[in-house]
Amino acid sequence: MELVLEDGTTAASDRFMVAVCTCRRSRTYPFCDTSHRRRRRPGRGRDGAPEEGTP
Amino acid sequence: MTAPAPAPPAAPGQALSAVPGLPVPRGPLSEQLVTALRRPPSEAPPLPGRLPAGTDPLGEDAQLALYAAYELHYRSFAGVADSWEWDPGLLRLRAALEEAFGRALRGAVPGGDDVDAVLEPLLEEPVEPSGTAHHLQKEGTWGQMREYLAHRSVYHLKEADPHAWVIPRLTGQAKASLVAVEYDEFGGGRGDRVHARLFADLMEGAGLDPAYGRYLDLVPAVMLANVNLMSWLGLHRGLRGALVGHFTAVEVTSSPGSRRLAAALDRLGAPPQCALFYTEHVEADAVHEQVLRRDVLGDLLRREPQLAADAVFGVQAYGYLEDLLGDHLAACWRAGRTSLLAPLPEPTGAPGTPDAG
Ligand code: FES
Ligand SMILES: [Fe+2]
Ligand SMILES: [Fe+2]
Repeated sequence: MELVLEDGTTAASDRFMVAVCTCRRSRTYPFCDTSHRRRRRPGRGRDGAPEEGTP
Repeated sequence: MTAPAPAPPAAPGQALSAVPGLPVPRGPLSEQLVTALRRPPSEAPPLPGRLPAGTDPLGEDAQLALYAAYELHYRSFAGVADSWEWDPGLLRLRAALEEAFGRALRGAVPGGDDVDAVLEPLLEEPVEPSGTAHHLQKEGTWGQMREYLAHRSVYHLKEADPHAWVIPRLTGQAKASLVAVEYDEFGGGRGDRVHARLFADLMEGAGLDPAYGRYLDLVPAVMLANVNLMSWLGLHRGLRGALVGHFTAVEVTSSPGSRRLAAALDRLGAPPQCALFYTEHVEADAVHEQVLRRDVLGDLLRREPQLAADAVFGVQAYGYLEDLLGDHLAACWRAGRTSLLAPLPEPTGAPGTPDAG
């Protein structure tokens, strides 16, 4: 799969499905890296943060 | 005329397919199990069908015994008769271990049946991050990073294998989409892109031995339990809702965690081959998260809404055991001691050995 960006450059991916970033915050633009996520303030849940996952 | 080709280095694929030896027992249950596994089932002393009173279901002995029992369905151990996999006596012991494990987990999590509510906190980015990945990114040492990789090796060298067991228990979109994610986990048709292989490459770069099962004897119950949970849920059709809930929670939390771990490897000066495992997961799991939530879990619950409570259990049990592991790592590292059962052997002149610190 090839994605043509506004500036004319292309980004390629051979994944079965791609998640395209629409929030413009991704560090791997044009692909989503979950940087769009809502921020959570501390004090909610366990120390405000569950242990972060690993694949 | 060409110079004779140098002897090829030992292919990492070789180590990946090697069969590990039986683990060192950690108590009476694992002792009896390992002793029995050294002989064919017909010549082995009978295995206990019940757990001795006072057995800690999350303790070293029970978790290692359970891990070894499950391993017979994956690669098994060198010298163990294949017929042990479906031996009734072994399965009776495994069932007793699973029953105690399941009871402990169900007693430790709040439960409920609101899947969206339980996934919501996992879908937020903490303003003040904490946890293992954050620690390693900010200030962890190279030694701690290597320990972390040794812990995770008991899963990542068989990454996504336990989830393959749920495939025949799904239908329609849930099945199609779970298989699509698994196809990605297994390299999209390319052996050198199988995620377990990327992890082996990472281990090698970090001066660790990528042989399957190499660090099992060093890995404590608190990590084994995370793998046992997946094996338990994967091997029981009745727990398919929990397996899918668990998988969804993994994929939802993995992308930001992987970004931090890639940054940690970078900060610590690890060789470039190392970060690929995590950078691949930043992007892949941003996709897998969407597919799991909408097309796998969503579709499964449309077909079988009665599985919602199990899905919640899968999410919560995952969080509970990951939190226990995170707490263990933090406590050990704060106290300046190893988080493994014994310190890792020093890397032996491996290419990737950045300065500690
Ligand atoms: S949509 Fe921009 S990072 Fe996900
Ligand atoms: Fe993966
Ligand atoms: Fe994934």
